[in-house]
Amino acid sequence: MLRRADPRLLQAAPDAGYDGDGAGGPTGGGIAAAGTRGGSGEDEPPSAPAGIVTEPFAAQPLATGPTGTGPGGAAELIGGEPATVVRLRHPWRWVAGALVALLVAMLVRSLATNPRFDWSVVRENFTTHATLMGLWVTIELTVISMAIGIILGTVLAVLRLSPNPLVSSASWVYVWVFRGTPVIVQILFWNFVAALYPTLSIGIPFGPSFVQGNANTVVTPFVAAILGLGLNEAAYMAEIVRAGILSVPEGQSEAALSLGLTRLQTMRTIVLPQAMRVIVPPTGNEVISMLKTSSLASVIAVTELLYSVQIVYSRTFQQIPLLLVAVIWYLIVTTILNVGQYYLERRFARGSARSLPLTPWQRLRRLVGTNHARPAMAGAASPAPRSDRR
Amino acid sequence: MSAAGPMLQIRELHKSFGRTEILKGLDLDVDRGAVVCILGPSGSGKSTLLRCVNRLETVDAGWISVDGELVGYRRRGNRLYELPDKEVARARANVGMVFQHLHLFPHMTALDNVTLGPTLVHKESKPVAEDHARELLGRVGLADRASAFPNELSGGQQQRIAIARALAMRPSLILFDEPTSALDPELVGEVLEAMRNLANSGMTMVVVTHEVAFAREVADTVAFMDGGVIVEAGPPRQVLEHPQHRRTGEFLSKVL
Ligand SMILES: Nc1ncnc2c1ncn2[C@@H]1O[C@H](COP(=O)(O)OP(=O)(O)O)[C@@H](O)[C@H]1O
Ligand SMILES: [Mg+2]
Repeated sequence: MLRRADPRLLQAAPDAGYDGDGAGGPTGGGIAAAGTRGGSGEDEPPSAPAGIVTEPFAAQPLATGPTGTGPGGAAELIGGEPATVVRLRHPWRWVAGALVALLVAMLVRSLATNPRFDWSVVRENFTTHATLMGLWVTIELTVISMAIGIILGTVLAVLRLSPNPLVSSASWVYVWVFRGTPVIVQILFWNFVAALYPTLSIGIPFGPSFVQGNANTVVTPFVAAILGLGLNEAAYMAEIVRAGILSVPEGQSEAALSLGLTRLQTMRTIVLPQAMRVIVPPTGNEVISMLKTSSLASVIAVTELLYSVQIVYSRTFQQIPLLLVAVIWYLIVTTILNVGQYYLERRFARGSARSLPLTPWQRLRRLVGTNHARPAMAGAASPAPRSDRR
Repeated sequence: MSAAGPMLQIRELHKSFGRTEILKGLDLDVDRGAVVCILGPSGSGKSTLLRCVNRLETVDAGWISVDGELVGYRRRGNRLYELPDKEVARARANVGMVFQHLHLFPHMTALDNVTLGPTLVHKESKPVAEDHARELLGRVGLADRASAFPNELSGGQQQRIAIARALAMRPSLILFDEPTSALDPELVGEVLEAMRNLANSGMTMVVVTHEVAFAREVADTVAFMDGGVIVEAGPPRQVLEHPQHRRTGEFLSKVL
């Protein structure tokens, strides 16, 4: 028996106007949604697109029915006869849910009871100086390499789109080389570059040099790791930025050029800001990926997070607990980065999406279902990224 | 700046895309303060012509001059030197352009759309540019929508802001490429109204349009373009009511 009357569906739909106070009705979702869109006191009436921005609740047939009948029952008049609305049940979801719950329980029990996880060792090493220094170096590697990747990648993307074939193929070759070889090989290569060029100098090509240095002192393992990670990242970022630039309609740059902006001004003020919507999400992934890839620097003895715990367990032989220290720290930082990415994406959705998605906080409040938690709240919140512009 | 002579001169203009010749030796003069409406079938090269005037396309042969200055080149003796990017940009600032597809900048408010050019190109200070922008938004009837983003505005409102954006550069000439073709019918009137006001203020305008009634009322000259040349041009009454050329007559009988 899949279909039956479910009194709970009344609780499920209060946000969509079924709040029983008569103020809701079929337009409840629409009004709220119009608020979501305008958000800045616009006088636009609730209109057709409202349906698009309402939450799934409002989109269900129940919520779009003719009139709410108050809290007493889900009865509606269909063909003159009172009829009860029933919601489709999903029995397999319950089976899958139970299975997942079982697996989680097994995992938790194992984590708690298997003595070889040695949680006390994890706790002891979690905030030692060595661990925190390692974490700091990991963050440094991530930030500097990503900065190099983003800046150089943007330059490469712009060069790639240059009308000069020599310039654009140079950019292509760069991407071909750096994307076509493993990053660990590149890191090792930069670490041993001193063997190739024992002295490095800055000066006029084929002419005198102004600054000279021993390659081994200039290219420390840390610098080698930065070069390996950053130059590799630039190749990936170049493709991401290029896709972003190509996503901006040509009419946009033509409109800017016709105002008298130079190509550089057009790129900076019109094309790149709009490309951001396409660039930011994959770049967030790249940052998270870089955080993890930076652990490769351990092979050339850069004391980042992984190498720091390796140093400890090579002495104590408590590999698993110490690796757990690293694992937990990596998870903490990636979680923070995920949250940052989410808000950054919202920020750059401006001017494209009609309404911004709710933040998790707003979703939570809606779920809890207080008065403030209506969809209209999204309207109250969405102008925020706009009003902070000046 | 030369005060004499036509605002826009086009001589023997040729332009090909690949092997297809789109403009085939086109001539056109537009006097200062004049409004020229260009009619013609789709694909006859009207957009290409306007894009050449603004040097969004390079030309293959012939020349264009705006306000007495060659577009895209400098003449020294009997040679034409191609201008660098910076000077092309400076020349473009003198020619406004309003596009069919409402190319407002979606990530900027209406006000920022209008002030962008003056602040970046003319290096006007922000307050000065904003004062001017508000005045222009008032002229197109949108003083109260300065802080709206394009996606919060109707097509007609967006196109009027595009007109204000072009005006903000204080151009000598404004080109319109089918400014009402992408609009819902009920929004066409407000844009034509803004253009009519602009024409009455003495702006030199070249308008590619299918709005024959507008051409009849506002234009000083109506030009009919087909097959990459101006087939005939003259006062609206003459061209629209007594076309000399068979193709003009055929086209008009279709659009009227
Ligand atoms: N960038 C381009 N590359 C190749 N062909 C083009 C390009 N731009 C326009 N054309 C062609 O030139 C012809 C004239 O186009 P257009 O100037 O847009 O005509 P109109 O504006 O009169 O409709 C069309 O056949 C079009 O396909
Ligand atoms: Mg066209």
